[in-house]
Amino acid sequence: MDDTDRRIMHATQAGLPLTPEPYQTLAEQLGLSKEEVMQRMAAMQTSGIIRRIGAVPNHYQLGYRFNGMTVWDVPDEQIDKLGQHVGQLPFVSHCYHRPRHKPDWPYNLFAMVHGKTQAEADGQIMQIAEVLGEYCRGRDVLYSTKILKKTGFRSSGA
Amino acid sequence: MDDIDRNIVNTLQVGFPICDAPYRQVAESLGISESELLARLQALLANGTLTRFGPLYNAEQMGGALTLAAVKIPAERFEEVTEIINAFPEVAHNYARSHELNMWFVLATETPEQQQQTIDAIARQTGLIVYNMPKLKEYFVNLRLEA
Repeated sequence: MDDTDRRIMHATQAGLPLTPEPYQTLAEQLGLSKEEVMQRMAAMQTSGIIRRIGAVPNHYQLGYRFNGMTVWDVPDEQIDKLGQHVGQLPFVSHCYHRPRHKPDWPYNLFAMVHGKTQAEADGQIMQIAEVLGEYCRGRDVLYSTKILKKTGFRSSGA
Repeated sequence: MDDIDRNIVNTLQVGFPICDAPYRQVAESLGISESELLARLQALLANGTLTRFGPLYNAEQMGGALTLAAVKIPAERFEEVTEIINAFPEVAHNYARSHELNMWFVLATETPEQQQQTIDAIARQTGLIVYNMPKLKEYFVNLRLEA
């Protein structure tokens, strides 16, 4: 990622311009050609710097009121295999291995689930428990009760 | 939100083309005009149905550092601590959650050193223990919610 890529990133952190030719609009803002902006954004997408170009919905506004961070205590030797399996469940949006903070926090596997009803979320949690089977030594679910802040990722260079 | 809005939300969560007139291309696939798509997208952003539309950057790939952190806040201090923590520009997302650890936030910094400094500053200003839980491994990330 070079300085020009970084300038494109800063110019699009708030979003893509809502103009008929958004890449042309960006090019004009940055003093680049439209072709260069498009090539560089395509390259950043290929290399994974851009995960995707798209819309991020507000869960609550779409009716997903039960957004659960499910957390599990599984053996460290098994976590990579288990994490891969849990991540492949179609309703899991994020799945990570994170450090424990014993004794307050014994959990090392995190998986986010989203349901429109409690029953839907419960069903999803049950399916994760089935994947983990005997390796599950403890679990909890933390539902978000309020969004206190949500901004796009920003770097201080913006 | 009507069926057209739902269609827009679902389609735009999957991806967006890089071409001269991408809105026109998407609008055609949805059977609406480019100007209607732009107007509806603007409205969906303005009314909060969408929190963002554009490229989603992977912070680590950009050389930055991301972490998830939690604090245990006594109920009577919740608002005060929310204000302190939200005031940090490094705090990208912050959620209240139903647990003893009742606030969870994502910190986005340019370097790992800044991450630790921010964690320390939050601990100092709030007087609370900050549980830092940076990801050790990512197994899957792709949020798609059907409208």
